[in-house]
Amino acid sequence: MARRYREIGKAGWGYTLITSIVGLIYFSPVLWIILTAFKTRTDALAVPPKLFFTPTLENFTSVFYRSSITTGTSQSTDMALYFFNSIFIAGTSVGLALIVGTLAAYAFSRYPLRGNDTYLFIILTTRMMPPIVVIIPIFLMFRLSGLAGSYWGIILLYTAFNIPFSVWLVKSFFDELNPEIEDAARMDGASESRVFFKFCIPQILAGLSATFVFGLILTWNEFLFALLLTGVETRTVPVAMARTLGGEVGVDYGLLAAIVTLFLLPIFFVTFLLQNQLLRGVTFGTVKK
Amino acid sequence: MANENSRTGGFGAWLLDPKRRGALLVTPAITILFVMNIFPLLWSFGLSFFNYRASSLKVPTFRGLSNYERVLTDDKVWERFQTTAIIVGSSVILQLIVGFLLALMFAKAFPMRRIVLMLVLTPMMLSFVSVGVFFKLFYEPTFGVVSYLLSNFSDDRFVVLGTPAGAIAGIVIADAWMWSPFVMLLVLAGLVSVPKYLYEAAEIDRASSWRRFWTITFPYIKSLLLLAVLFRTIETFKLFDIVYIITEGGPGSSTETIAVYLYRTAFQFFRTSQSSALAYIVLFIVVVLTNLYLYAVNRRAEEVD
Repeated sequence: MARRYREIGKAGWGYTLITSIVGLIYFSPVLWIILTAFKTRTDALAVPPKLFFTPTLENFTSVFYRSSITTGTSQSTDMALYFFNSIFIAGTSVGLALIVGTLAAYAFSRYPLRGNDTYLFIILTTRMMPPIVVIIPIFLMFRLSGLAGSYWGIILLYTAFNIPFSVWLVKSFFDELNPEIEDAARMDGASESRVFFKFCIPQILAGLSATFVFGLILTWNEFLFALLLTGVETRTVPVAMARTLGGEVGVDYGLLAAIVTLFLLPIFFVTFLLQNQLLRGVTFGTVKK
Repeated sequence: MANENSRTGGFGAWLLDPKRRGALLVTPAITILFVMNIFPLLWSFGLSFFNYRASSLKVPTFRGLSNYERVLTDDKVWERFQTTAIIVGSSVILQLIVGFLLALMFAKAFPMRRIVLMLVLTPMMLSFVSVGVFFKLFYEPTFGVVSYLLSNFSDDRFVVLGTPAGAIAGIVIADAWMWSPFVMLLVLAGLVSVPKYLYEAAEIDRASSWRRFWTITFPYIKSLLLLAVLFRTIETFKLFDIVYIITEGGPGSSTETIAVYLYRTAFQFFRTSQSSALAYIVLFIVVVLTNLYLYAVNRRAEEVD
Protein backbone atom coordinates (compact mmCIF):
# COMPACT_ATOMS: atom_id res chain seq x y z
CA MET A 1 0.00 0.00 0.00
CA ALA A 2 2.70 2.42 1.01
CA ARG A 3 4.33 1.99 -2.37
CA ARG A 4 1.50 3.81 -4.17
CA TYR A 5 2.33 7.02 -2.41
CA ARG A 6 6.05 6.85 -2.80
CA GLU A 7 6.38 10.59 -2.80
CA ILE A 8 8.92 12.74 -4.55
CA GLY A 9 10.91 14.67 -1.99
CA LYS A 10 10.00 15.49 1.57
CA ALA A 11 8.68 18.62 3.16
CA GLY A 12 7.99 19.81 6.67
CA TRP A 13 5.18 21.37 8.66
CA GLY A 14 5.39 24.63 6.73
CA TYR A 15 4.37 22.75 3.63
CA THR A 16 1.52 21.12 5.53
CA LEU A 17 0.25 24.60 6.38
CA ILE A 18 0.32 25.75 2.74
CA THR A 19 -1.39 22.63 1.40
CA SER A 20 -3.96 22.78 4.18
CA ILE A 21 -4.93 26.28 3.14
CA VAL A 22 -5.28 25.23 -0.50
CA GLY A 23 -7.12 22.10 0.62
CA LEU A 24 -9.52 24.11 2.75
CA ILE A 25 -10.26 26.47 -0.14
CA TYR A 26 -10.98 23.47 -2.32
CA PHE A 27 -13.12 21.98 0.42
CA SER A 28 -14.95 25.24 1.21
CA PRO A 29 -18.15 24.43 -0.76
CA VAL A 30 -18.66 21.37 1.43
CA LEU A 31 -17.81 23.32 4.56
CA TRP A 32 -20.26 26.03 3.59
CA ILE A 33 -23.09 23.53 3.30
CA ILE A 34 -22.25 21.98 6.64
CA LEU A 35 -22.27 25.45 8.23
CA THR A 36 -25.59 26.24 6.58
CA ALA A 37 -27.03 23.08 8.10
CA PHE A 38 -26.41 24.56 11.55
CA LYS A 39 -27.94 27.96 10.78
CA THR A 40 -31.42 29.17 11.56
CA ARG A 41 -33.59 30.04 8.60
CA THR A 42 -32.87 33.78 8.90
CA ASP A 43 -29.11 33.21 9.28
CA ALA A 44 -29.06 30.93 6.25
CA LEU A 45 -30.56 33.64 4.06
CA ALA A 46 -28.65 36.58 5.52
CA VAL A 47 -26.96 39.01 3.10
CA PRO A 48 -23.99 39.39 3.46
CA PRO A 49 -23.59 35.73 4.40
CA LYS A 50 -22.88 35.18 8.08
CA LEU A 51 -19.67 33.38 8.98
CA PHE A 52 -20.30 33.60 12.73
CA PHE A 53 -23.63 32.61 14.12
CA THR A 54 -25.19 30.68 16.97
CA PRO A 55 -25.44 27.09 15.80
CA THR A 56 -28.74 25.29 16.02
CA LEU A 57 -29.77 21.67 15.57
CA GLU A 58 -33.24 22.73 14.47
CA ASN A 59 -32.62 21.75 10.84
CA PHE A 60 -31.55 18.26 11.74
CA THR A 61 -34.65 17.62 13.82
CA SER A 62 -36.87 19.01 11.11
CA VAL A 63 -35.36 16.55 8.63
CA PHE A 64 -37.22 13.84 10.54
CA TYR A 65 -39.95 15.73 12.41
CA ARG A 66 -42.18 18.47 11.15
CA SER A 67 -44.09 20.44 13.76
CA SER A 68 -47.46 21.61 12.73
CA ILE A 69 -48.30 25.19 13.71
CA THR A 70 -52.04 24.67 13.89
CA THR A 71 -52.12 21.68 16.19
CA GLY A 72 -48.75 22.09 17.88
CA THR A 73 -47.96 18.39 17.57
CA SER A 74 -44.94 17.10 15.75
CA GLN A 75 -45.32 14.70 12.92
CA SER A 76 -42.61 12.55 11.43
CA THR A 77 -41.57 13.22 7.84
CA ASP A 78 -40.84 10.38 5.45
CA MET A 79 -37.13 11.14 5.44
CA ALA A 80 -36.30 8.24 7.77
CA LEU A 81 -37.98 5.92 5.28
CA TYR A 82 -35.94 7.41 2.43
CA PHE A 83 -32.70 6.93 4.34
CA PHE A 84 -33.72 3.35 5.08
CA ASN A 85 -34.54 2.83 1.38
CA SER A 86 -31.18 4.19 0.29
CA ILE A 87 -29.32 1.90 2.66
CA PHE A 88 -31.47 -1.18 2.05
CA ILE A 89 -31.55 -0.90 -1.75
CA ALA A 90 -27.84 -0.07 -2.08
CA GLY A 91 -26.77 -2.73 0.43
CA THR A 92 -28.77 -5.56 -1.10
CA SER A 93 -27.95 -4.85 -4.71
CA VAL A 94 -24.25 -4.25 -4.11
CA GLY A 95 -24.04 -7.46 -2.08
CA LEU A 96 -25.71 -9.46 -4.84
CA ALA A 97 -23.55 -7.84 -7.51
CA LEU A 98 -20.42 -8.60 -5.51
CA ILE A 99 -21.23 -12.31 -5.18
CA VAL A 100 -22.16 -12.74 -8.83
CA GLY A 101 -19.35 -10.44 -9.96
CA THR A 102 -16.68 -12.25 -7.94
CA LEU A 103 -17.59 -15.60 -9.51
CA ALA A 104 -17.41 -14.07 -12.98
CA ALA A 105 -14.18 -12.21 -12.19
CA TYR A 106 -12.58 -15.45 -11.01
CA ALA A 107 -13.58 -17.15 -14.25
CA PHE A 108 -12.29 -14.29 -16.38
CA SER A 109 -9.04 -14.31 -14.46
CA ARG A 110 -8.46 -18.09 -14.23
CA TYR A 111 -10.34 -19.84 -17.02
CA PRO A 112 -9.94 -17.61 -20.05
CA LEU A 113 -12.79 -18.41 -22.42
CA ARG A 114 -12.82 -17.93 -26.11
CA GLY A 115 -13.83 -14.32 -26.72
CA ASN A 116 -12.91 -13.37 -23.17
CA ASP A 117 -11.94 -9.85 -24.11
CA THR A 118 -15.16 -9.34 -26.02
CA TYR A 119 -17.22 -10.31 -22.98
CA LEU A 120 -15.18 -8.02 -20.77
CA PHE A 121 -15.59 -5.21 -23.28
CA ILE A 122 -19.36 -5.66 -23.46
CA ILE A 123 -19.52 -5.73 -19.68
CA LEU A 124 -17.54 -2.51 -19.42
CA THR A 125 -19.64 -0.84 -22.10
CA THR A 126 -22.85 -1.51 -20.19
CA ARG A 127 -21.27 0.48 -17.38
CA MET A 128 -19.89 3.29 -19.53
CA MET A 129 -23.04 4.02 -21.46
CA PRO A 130 -25.20 6.87 -20.26
CA PRO A 131 -27.96 5.58 -17.97
CA ILE A 132 -30.48 7.57 -19.98
CA VAL A 133 -29.85 5.29 -22.97
CA VAL A 134 -30.82 2.12 -21.15
CA ILE A 135 -33.53 3.62 -18.99
CA ILE A 136 -35.97 4.23 -21.85
CA PRO A 137 -36.62 0.52 -22.53
CA ILE A 138 -36.24 -0.41 -18.84
CA PHE A 139 -38.93 2.07 -17.96
CA LEU A 140 -41.29 0.37 -20.46
CA MET A 141 -40.27 -3.06 -19.22
CA PHE A 142 -40.92 -2.14 -15.58
CA ARG A 143 -44.25 -0.60 -16.46
CA LEU A 144 -45.38 -3.76 -18.23
CA SER A 145 -44.13 -6.16 -15.57
CA GLY A 146 -45.31 -4.08 -12.64
CA LEU A 147 -41.77 -3.84 -11.24
CA ALA A 148 -41.89 -0.03 -11.27
CA GLY A 149 -42.00 1.38 -7.77
CA SER A 150 -41.19 -1.96 -6.13
CA TYR A 151 -38.08 -2.78 -4.14
CA TRP A 152 -37.31 -5.77 -6.32
CA GLY A 153 -37.30 -3.78 -9.52
CA ILE A 154 -34.81 -1.18 -8.39
CA ILE A 155 -32.67 -3.74 -6.55
CA LEU A 156 -32.43 -5.90 -9.65
CA LEU A 157 -31.56 -2.90 -11.79
CA TYR A 158 -28.88 -1.70 -9.37
CA THR A 159 -27.46 -5.21 -9.22
CA ALA A 160 -27.03 -5.11 -12.99
CA PHE A 161 -25.61 -1.59 -12.67
CA ASN A 162 -22.98 -2.82 -10.19
CA ILE A 163 -21.98 -6.08 -11.87
CA PRO A 164 -19.64 -4.56 -14.49
CA PHE A 165 -17.91 -2.54 -11.83
CA SER A 166 -17.56 -5.57 -9.51
CA VAL A 167 -16.31 -7.85 -12.29
CA TRP A 168 -13.63 -5.44 -13.46
CA LEU A 169 -12.46 -4.37 -10.04
CA VAL A 170 -12.42 -7.85 -8.48
CA LYS A 171 -10.70 -9.24 -11.58
CA SER A 172 -7.92 -6.71 -11.08
CA PHE A 173 -7.41 -8.15 -7.59
CA PHE A 174 -7.47 -11.79 -8.76
CA ASP A 175 -4.97 -10.93 -11.49
CA GLU A 176 -2.47 -9.86 -8.87
CA LEU A 177 -2.49 -13.16 -6.99
CA ASN A 178 0.25 -15.62 -7.62
CA PRO A 179 -1.31 -18.60 -9.47
CA GLU A 180 1.58 -20.84 -8.43
CA ILE A 181 0.25 -21.00 -4.88
CA GLU A 182 -3.08 -22.20 -6.21
CA ASP A 183 -1.40 -24.79 -8.41
CA ALA A 184 0.59 -26.03 -5.43
CA ALA A 185 -2.65 -26.41 -3.47
CA ARG A 186 -4.18 -28.37 -6.35
CA MET A 187 -1.13 -30.66 -6.38
CA ASP A 188 -1.79 -31.35 -2.74
CA GLY A 189 -5.24 -32.53 -3.71
CA ALA A 190 -7.29 -29.46 -2.79
CA SER A 191 -10.57 -29.34 -4.70
CA GLU A 192 -11.38 -26.41 -6.96
CA SER A 193 -13.89 -24.96 -4.54
CA ARG A 194 -11.36 -25.28 -1.74
CA VAL A 195 -8.77 -23.41 -3.79
CA PHE A 196 -11.31 -20.67 -4.44
CA PHE A 197 -12.65 -20.32 -0.89
CA LYS A 198 -9.55 -21.10 1.16
CA PHE A 199 -6.79 -19.63 -0.98
CA CYS A 200 -8.07 -16.97 -3.32
CA ILE A 201 -10.89 -15.30 -1.39
CA PRO A 202 -8.95 -14.75 1.88
CA GLN A 203 -6.12 -13.11 -0.06
CA ILE A 204 -8.36 -10.53 -1.69
CA LEU A 205 -10.67 -9.84 1.25
CA ALA A 206 -9.42 -6.26 1.46
CA GLY A 207 -10.08 -5.81 -2.24
CA LEU A 208 -13.54 -7.31 -1.93
CA SER A 209 -14.49 -4.98 0.88
CA ALA A 210 -13.14 -2.02 -1.10
CA THR A 211 -15.28 -3.12 -4.05
CA PHE A 212 -18.31 -3.44 -1.79
CA VAL A 213 -17.86 0.01 -0.34
CA PHE A 214 -17.23 1.66 -3.73
CA GLY A 215 -20.34 0.00 -5.07
CA LEU A 216 -22.27 1.28 -2.06
CA ILE A 217 -21.19 4.85 -2.76
CA LEU A 218 -21.98 4.65 -6.48
CA THR A 219 -25.41 3.24 -5.76
CA TRP A 220 -26.05 5.48 -2.79
CA ASN A 221 -25.38 8.48 -5.05
CA GLU A 222 -27.33 7.29 -8.11
CA PHE A 223 -30.14 9.58 -9.19
CA LEU A 224 -31.63 9.01 -12.64
CA PHE A 225 -32.75 5.39 -12.26
CA ALA A 226 -34.13 6.18 -8.83
CA LEU A 227 -35.95 9.25 -10.14
CA LEU A 228 -37.81 7.28 -12.77
CA LEU A 229 -38.23 3.88 -11.17
CA THR A 230 -38.93 4.38 -7.47
CA GLY A 231 -42.34 5.09 -6.04
CA VAL A 232 -43.54 6.87 -2.91
CA GLU A 233 -42.63 3.84 -0.79
CA THR A 234 -39.25 3.10 -2.33
CA ARG A 235 -37.94 6.64 -2.91
CA THR A 236 -34.24 7.15 -2.15
CA VAL A 237 -32.57 10.17 -0.56
CA PRO A 238 -31.16 11.79 -3.75
CA VAL A 239 -34.65 11.81 -5.27
CA ALA A 240 -36.13 13.21 -2.07
CA MET A 241 -33.45 15.94 -2.11
CA ALA A 242 -34.21 16.89 -5.70
CA ARG A 243 -37.93 17.04 -4.87
CA THR A 244 -37.31 19.32 -1.88
CA LEU A 245 -35.48 21.64 -4.24
CA GLY A 246 -38.34 21.74 -6.71
CA GLY A 247 -40.88 22.73 -4.05
CA GLU A 248 -43.24 25.58 -4.88
CA VAL A 249 -43.27 27.16 -1.43
CA GLY A 250 -39.68 28.42 -1.43
CA VAL A 251 -36.77 26.18 -0.62
CA ASP A 252 -35.77 25.74 3.01
CA TYR A 253 -32.01 25.83 2.48
CA GLY A 254 -31.14 25.04 6.08
CA LEU A 255 -33.21 21.88 5.91
CA LEU A 256 -31.76 20.91 2.54
CA ALA A 257 -28.21 21.49 3.85
CA ALA A 258 -29.00 19.28 6.84
CA ILE A 259 -30.15 16.43 4.59
CA VAL A 260 -27.03 16.80 2.43
CA THR A 261 -24.82 16.83 5.54
CA LEU A 262 -26.37 13.62 6.87
CA PHE A 263 -25.97 12.07 3.44
CA LEU A 264 -22.27 13.10 3.40
CA LEU A 265 -21.24 11.52 6.69
CA PRO A 266 -20.79 7.93 5.47
CA ILE A 267 -18.93 9.24 2.42
CA PHE A 268 -16.30 11.12 4.44
CA PHE A 269 -15.70 8.05 6.50
CA VAL A 270 -15.30 5.82 3.49
CA THR A 271 -13.08 8.22 1.54
CA PHE A 272 -10.70 8.29 4.44
CA LEU A 273 -10.66 4.52 4.81
CA LEU A 274 -10.20 3.72 1.15
CA GLN A 275 -7.77 6.45 0.19
CA ASN A 276 -5.16 4.04 -1.14
CA GLN A 277 -7.69 2.11 -3.22
CA LEU A 278 -9.38 5.23 -4.58
CA LEU A 279 -7.58 5.36 -7.93
CA ARG A 280 -8.32 1.74 -8.69
CA GLY A 281 -11.90 2.11 -7.54
CA VAL A 282 -12.78 5.14 -9.63
CA THR A 283 -11.25 3.68 -12.78
CA PHE A 284 -13.02 0.32 -12.31
CA GLY A 285 -9.72 -1.44 -11.75
CA THR A 286 -8.31 -0.43 -15.12
CA VAL A 287 -5.56 1.68 -13.55
CA LYS A 288 -3.85 0.12 -10.55
CA LYS A 289 -0.77 2.21 -10.00
CA MET B 1 -7.07 -32.12 -11.92
CA ALA B 2 -9.36 -34.46 -9.98
CA ASN B 3 -12.82 -34.78 -11.39
CA GLU B 4 -14.85 -34.41 -8.24
CA ASN B 5 -18.15 -34.79 -10.01
CA SER B 6 -17.63 -38.13 -11.69
CA ARG B 7 -19.98 -39.76 -9.22
CA THR B 8 -23.01 -37.93 -10.53
CA GLY B 9 -24.17 -38.78 -14.01
CA GLY B 10 -26.22 -37.11 -16.70
CA PHE B 11 -26.86 -33.42 -16.91
CA GLY B 12 -25.23 -32.60 -13.57
CA ALA B 13 -21.95 -34.13 -14.63
CA TRP B 14 -22.12 -32.43 -17.99
CA LEU B 15 -22.77 -29.08 -16.35
CA LEU B 16 -20.03 -29.38 -13.75
CA ASP B 17 -17.40 -30.66 -16.16
CA PRO B 18 -14.18 -28.72 -15.47
CA LYS B 19 -14.15 -27.66 -19.11
CA ARG B 20 -17.31 -25.66 -18.49
CA ARG B 21 -16.33 -24.24 -15.13
CA GLY B 22 -15.39 -20.84 -16.54
CA ALA B 23 -18.62 -20.50 -18.47
CA LEU B 24 -20.63 -21.69 -15.47
CA LEU B 25 -19.10 -19.09 -13.18
CA VAL B 26 -19.78 -16.31 -15.66
CA THR B 27 -23.38 -17.33 -16.31
CA PRO B 28 -25.13 -15.60 -13.37
CA ALA B 29 -23.47 -12.27 -14.12
CA ILE B 30 -24.18 -12.47 -17.84
CA THR B 31 -27.79 -13.53 -17.20
CA ILE B 32 -28.53 -10.52 -15.01
CA LEU B 33 -26.79 -8.19 -17.44
CA PHE B 34 -28.75 -9.71 -20.28
CA VAL B 35 -32.11 -9.28 -18.57
CA MET B 36 -31.47 -5.76 -17.26
CA ASN B 37 -29.24 -4.28 -19.98
CA ILE B 38 -28.88 -6.19 -23.21
CA PHE B 39 -32.51 -7.27 -23.61
CA PRO B 40 -33.90 -3.77 -22.93
CA LEU B 41 -31.41 -2.36 -25.41
CA LEU B 42 -32.51 -4.84 -28.08
CA TRP B 43 -36.09 -3.88 -27.35
CA SER B 44 -35.42 -0.19 -27.78
CA PHE B 45 -33.45 -0.97 -30.91
CA GLY B 46 -36.61 -2.50 -32.27
CA LEU B 47 -38.70 0.44 -31.09
CA SER B 48 -36.42 2.87 -32.88
CA PHE B 49 -37.86 1.65 -36.19
CA PHE B 50 -41.47 2.30 -35.16
CA ASN B 51 -43.43 5.35 -34.17
CA TYR B 52 -44.21 4.23 -30.64
CA ARG B 53 -45.19 6.70 -27.94
CA ALA B 54 -45.29 5.43 -24.38
CA SER B 55 -48.14 7.83 -23.60
CA SER B 56 -50.52 6.64 -26.29
CA LEU B 57 -52.39 3.39 -26.78
CA LYS B 58 -52.21 3.49 -30.57
CA VAL B 59 -50.65 0.46 -32.21
CA PRO B 60 -47.22 1.56 -33.44
CA THR B 61 -46.49 1.29 -37.14
CA PHE B 62 -43.20 0.43 -38.78
CA ARG B 63 -41.28 3.48 -39.95
CA GLY B 64 -37.97 2.06 -41.08
CA LEU B 65 -35.05 4.41 -40.64
CA SER B 66 -37.16 7.57 -40.55
CA ASN B 67 -36.51 8.15 -36.83
CA TYR B 68 -32.77 8.10 -37.41
CA GLU B 69 -33.20 10.37 -40.38
CA ARG B 70 -35.28 12.81 -38.35
CA VAL B 71 -32.88 12.85 -35.43
CA LEU B 72 -29.78 13.29 -37.57
CA THR B 73 -31.25 16.13 -39.61
CA ASP B 74 -32.77 17.91 -36.62
CA ASP B 75 -31.01 21.21 -35.90
CA LYS B 76 -32.12 20.97 -32.27
CA VAL B 77 -30.24 17.71 -31.83
CA TRP B 78 -27.07 19.21 -33.29
CA GLU B 79 -27.42 22.17 -30.96
CA ARG B 80 -27.62 19.79 -27.98
CA PHE B 81 -24.54 17.95 -29.23
CA GLN B 82 -22.76 21.28 -29.51
CA THR B 83 -23.75 22.29 -25.98
CA THR B 84 -22.56 18.93 -24.71
CA ALA B 85 -19.26 19.30 -26.57
CA ILE B 86 -18.68 22.78 -25.13
CA ILE B 87 -19.42 21.61 -21.59
CA VAL B 88 -17.36 18.42 -21.95
CA GLY B 89 -14.43 20.26 -23.58
CA SER B 90 -14.19 23.09 -21.10
CA SER B 91 -14.82 20.91 -18.08
CA VAL B 92 -12.21 18.31 -19.05
CA ILE B 93 -9.61 21.01 -19.77
CA LEU B 94 -10.32 22.70 -16.45
CA GLN B 95 -10.08 19.34 -14.65
CA LEU B 96 -6.73 18.66 -16.31
CA ILE B 97 -5.28 21.99 -15.24
CA VAL B 98 -6.57 21.93 -11.67
CA GLY B 99 -5.91 18.22 -11.25
CA PHE B 100 -2.38 18.60 -12.52
CA LEU B 101 -1.59 21.50 -10.20
CA LEU B 102 -3.05 19.64 -7.23
CA ALA B 103 -0.98 16.57 -8.11
CA LEU B 104 2.25 18.62 -8.21
CA MET B 105 1.38 19.94 -4.78
CA PHE B 106 0.65 16.55 -3.27
CA ALA B 107 3.56 14.70 -4.88
CA LYS B 108 5.75 15.61 -1.91
CA ALA B 109 5.69 13.82 1.41
CA PHE B 110 4.70 16.03 4.31
CA PRO B 111 3.25 15.57 7.79
CA MET B 112 -0.49 14.80 7.88
CA ARG B 113 -0.61 14.39 4.12
CA ARG B 114 -3.34 11.76 4.35
CA ILE B 115 -5.65 14.09 6.20
CA VAL B 116 -5.02 17.12 3.98
CA LEU B 117 -5.52 14.93 0.92
CA MET B 118 -8.98 14.06 2.26
CA LEU B 119 -10.06 17.68 1.83
CA VAL B 120 -9.30 17.47 -1.87
CA LEU B 121 -10.54 13.94 -2.51
CA THR B 122 -13.96 14.28 -0.95
CA PRO B 123 -15.73 16.15 -3.81
CA MET B 124 -15.21 13.16 -6.10
CA MET B 125 -17.13 10.89 -3.76
CA LEU B 126 -20.13 13.17 -3.37
CA SER B 127 -23.35 12.54 -5.21
CA PHE B 128 -24.15 14.63 -8.26
CA VAL B 129 -27.35 15.63 -6.54
CA SER B 130 -25.53 16.99 -3.48
CA VAL B 131 -23.09 18.89 -5.67
CA GLY B 132 -25.98 20.22 -7.73
CA VAL B 133 -27.75 21.35 -4.58
CA PHE B 134 -24.58 23.09 -3.25
CA PHE B 135 -23.97 25.02 -6.40
CA LYS B 136 -27.59 25.90 -6.95
CA LEU B 137 -27.45 27.48 -3.51
CA PHE B 138 -24.22 29.35 -4.25
CA TYR B 139 -25.56 30.72 -7.53
CA GLU B 140 -28.90 31.75 -6.02
CA PRO B 141 -29.25 35.44 -7.05
CA THR B 142 -30.45 37.00 -3.78
CA PHE B 143 -28.54 35.18 -1.05
CA GLY B 144 -26.12 32.83 -2.83
CA VAL B 145 -22.54 33.31 -1.73
CA VAL B 146 -21.14 33.38 -5.28
CA SER B 147 -23.65 36.02 -6.32
CA TYR B 148 -22.75 37.99 -3.20
CA LEU B 149 -19.01 37.85 -3.96
CA LEU B 150 -19.59 38.81 -7.58
CA SER B 151 -21.75 41.77 -6.57
CA ASN B 152 -18.62 43.36 -5.08
CA PHE B 153 -17.28 43.73 -8.60
CA SER B 154 -20.35 45.08 -10.33
CA ASP B 155 -23.10 47.45 -9.33
CA ASP B 156 -25.85 45.39 -10.85
CA ARG B 157 -27.05 42.21 -9.26
CA PHE B 158 -25.34 39.58 -11.30
CA VAL B 159 -27.54 36.59 -11.92
CA VAL B 160 -25.02 33.83 -12.61
CA LEU B 161 -27.46 31.46 -14.23
CA GLY B 162 -29.31 34.21 -16.09
CA THR B 163 -27.23 34.21 -19.25
CA PRO B 164 -26.33 31.20 -21.42
CA ALA B 165 -22.59 31.77 -20.93
CA GLY B 166 -22.99 32.20 -17.18
CA ALA B 167 -25.10 29.07 -16.88
CA ILE B 168 -22.61 27.00 -18.85
CA ALA B 169 -19.76 28.36 -16.74
CA GLY B 170 -21.73 27.55 -13.61
CA ILE B 171 -22.20 23.94 -14.64
CA VAL B 172 -18.62 23.54 -15.85
CA ILE B 173 -17.23 24.86 -12.57
CA ALA B 174 -19.42 22.53 -10.50
CA ASP B 175 -18.45 19.51 -12.59
CA ALA B 176 -14.75 20.41 -12.75
CA TRP B 177 -14.65 21.00 -9.00
CA MET B 178 -16.08 17.57 -8.45
CA TRP B 179 -13.77 15.68 -10.82
CA SER B 180 -10.39 17.46 -10.75
CA PRO B 181 -9.36 15.15 -7.87
CA PHE B 182 -9.80 12.23 -10.27
CA VAL B 183 -7.22 13.71 -12.64
CA MET B 184 -5.03 14.48 -9.64
CA LEU B 185 -5.02 10.81 -8.61
CA LEU B 186 -4.00 9.69 -12.10
CA VAL B 187 -1.26 12.29 -12.41
CA LEU B 188 0.01 11.44 -8.92
CA ALA B 189 0.26 7.80 -9.98
CA GLY B 190 2.34 8.93 -12.96
CA LEU B 191 4.56 11.24 -10.93
CA VAL B 192 5.54 8.59 -8.42
CA SER B 193 6.39 6.14 -11.20
CA VAL B 194 9.28 8.30 -12.45
CA PRO B 195 12.54 6.58 -11.45
CA LYS B 196 14.53 8.78 -9.06
CA TYR B 197 17.86 8.25 -10.82
CA LEU B 198 16.56 10.17 -13.83
CA TYR B 199 16.15 13.27 -11.69
CA GLU B 200 19.57 12.72 -10.16
CA ALA B 201 21.10 12.48 -13.63
CA ALA B 202 19.33 15.67 -14.65
CA GLU B 203 20.70 17.35 -11.55
CA ILE B 204 24.22 16.49 -12.65
CA ASP B 205 23.53 17.77 -16.16
CA ARG B 206 22.06 20.94 -14.65
CA ALA B 207 18.97 20.66 -16.80
CA SER B 208 16.50 23.48 -16.28
CA SER B 209 13.32 22.56 -14.44
CA TRP B 210 11.30 23.24 -17.60
CA ARG B 211 13.46 20.82 -19.56
CA ARG B 212 13.42 18.32 -16.74
CA PHE B 213 9.64 18.36 -16.82
CA TRP B 214 9.31 17.80 -20.59
CA THR B 215 12.04 15.22 -20.96
CA ILE B 216 11.64 13.24 -17.72
CA THR B 217 8.31 13.78 -16.01
CA PHE B 218 6.01 14.25 -18.98
CA PRO B 219 6.78 10.95 -20.74
CA TYR B 220 5.82 9.13 -17.54
CA ILE B 221 2.49 10.87 -17.08
CA LYS B 222 1.58 11.10 -20.77
CA SER B 223 -0.31 7.83 -20.97
CA LEU B 224 -2.11 8.51 -17.69
CA LEU B 225 -3.16 11.94 -18.91
CA LEU B 226 -4.62 10.31 -22.01
CA LEU B 227 -6.53 7.88 -19.79
CA ALA B 228 -7.79 10.76 -17.68
CA VAL B 229 -8.98 12.69 -20.74
CA LEU B 230 -10.80 9.71 -22.24
CA PHE B 231 -12.36 8.57 -18.98
CA ARG B 232 -13.54 12.05 -18.05
CA THR B 233 -14.84 12.64 -21.59
CA ILE B 234 -16.97 9.50 -21.43
CA GLU B 235 -18.26 10.41 -17.98
CA THR B 236 -18.93 14.08 -18.68
CA PHE B 237 -20.67 13.14 -21.90
CA LYS B 238 -23.38 11.57 -19.71
CA LEU B 239 -23.79 14.70 -17.62
CA PHE B 240 -27.37 14.76 -16.46
CA ASP B 241 -27.91 15.17 -12.73
CA ILE B 242 -25.99 18.41 -12.23
CA VAL B 243 -27.67 20.10 -15.18
CA TYR B 244 -31.08 18.78 -14.20
CA ILE B 245 -30.68 20.23 -10.73
CA ILE B 246 -28.80 23.47 -11.31
CA THR B 247 -30.37 24.86 -14.50
CA GLU B 248 -32.85 22.27 -15.78
CA GLY B 249 -31.31 22.99 -19.17
CA GLY B 250 -32.03 26.72 -19.07
CA PRO B 251 -31.99 29.59 -19.70
CA GLY B 252 -33.91 28.58 -22.80
CA SER B 253 -32.14 25.45 -23.91
CA SER B 254 -28.62 26.83 -23.56
CA THR B 255 -27.40 24.22 -21.08
CA GLU B 256 -29.46 21.29 -22.29
CA THR B 257 -26.95 18.49 -22.72
CA ILE B 258 -27.70 15.50 -24.90
CA ALA B 259 -28.58 13.44 -21.81
CA VAL B 260 -31.06 16.05 -20.58
CA TYR B 261 -32.52 16.36 -24.08
CA LEU B 262 -32.93 12.58 -24.26
CA TYR B 263 -34.68 12.62 -20.89
CA ARG B 264 -37.04 15.32 -22.09
CA THR B 265 -37.86 13.63 -25.40
CA ALA B 266 -38.43 10.30 -23.72
CA PHE B 267 -40.17 11.19 -20.47
CA GLN B 268 -41.72 14.60 -20.95
CA PHE B 269 -42.80 14.48 -24.59
CA PHE B 270 -42.98 10.67 -24.68
CA ARG B 271 -41.51 10.41 -28.18
CA THR B 272 -40.30 6.97 -27.21
CA SER B 273 -39.25 5.70 -30.62
CA GLN B 274 -37.50 8.89 -31.63
CA SER B 275 -35.58 9.04 -28.35
CA SER B 276 -34.58 5.39 -28.77
CA ALA B 277 -33.04 6.24 -32.13
CA LEU B 278 -31.10 9.12 -30.61
CA ALA B 279 -30.10 6.89 -27.69
CA TYR B 280 -28.55 4.47 -30.16
CA ILE B 281 -26.50 7.21 -31.75
CA VAL B 282 -25.27 8.21 -28.29
CA LEU B 283 -24.53 4.57 -27.48
CA PHE B 284 -22.45 4.29 -30.63
CA ILE B 285 -20.34 7.29 -29.58
CA VAL B 286 -19.80 5.78 -26.12
CA VAL B 287 -18.79 2.42 -27.60
CA VAL B 288 -16.17 4.14 -29.75
CA LEU B 289 -14.85 6.12 -26.77
CA THR B 290 -14.77 3.03 -24.54
CA ASN B 291 -12.79 1.21 -27.20
CA LEU B 292 -10.27 4.05 -27.29
CA TYR B 293 -10.10 4.01 -23.52
CA LEU B 294 -9.35 0.29 -23.36
CA TYR B 295 -6.73 0.72 -26.05
CA ALA B 296 -5.08 3.37 -23.87
CA VAL B 297 -5.36 1.11 -20.81
CA ASN B 298 -3.58 -1.73 -22.60
CA ARG B 299 -0.87 0.56 -23.89
CA ARG B 300 -0.27 1.86 -20.40
CA ALA B 301 -0.21 -1.69 -18.99
CA GLU B 302 2.51 -2.59 -21.49
CA GLU B 303 4.53 0.48 -20.49
CA VAL B 304 4.33 -0.35 -16.79
CA ASP B 305 5.39 -3.98 -17.19
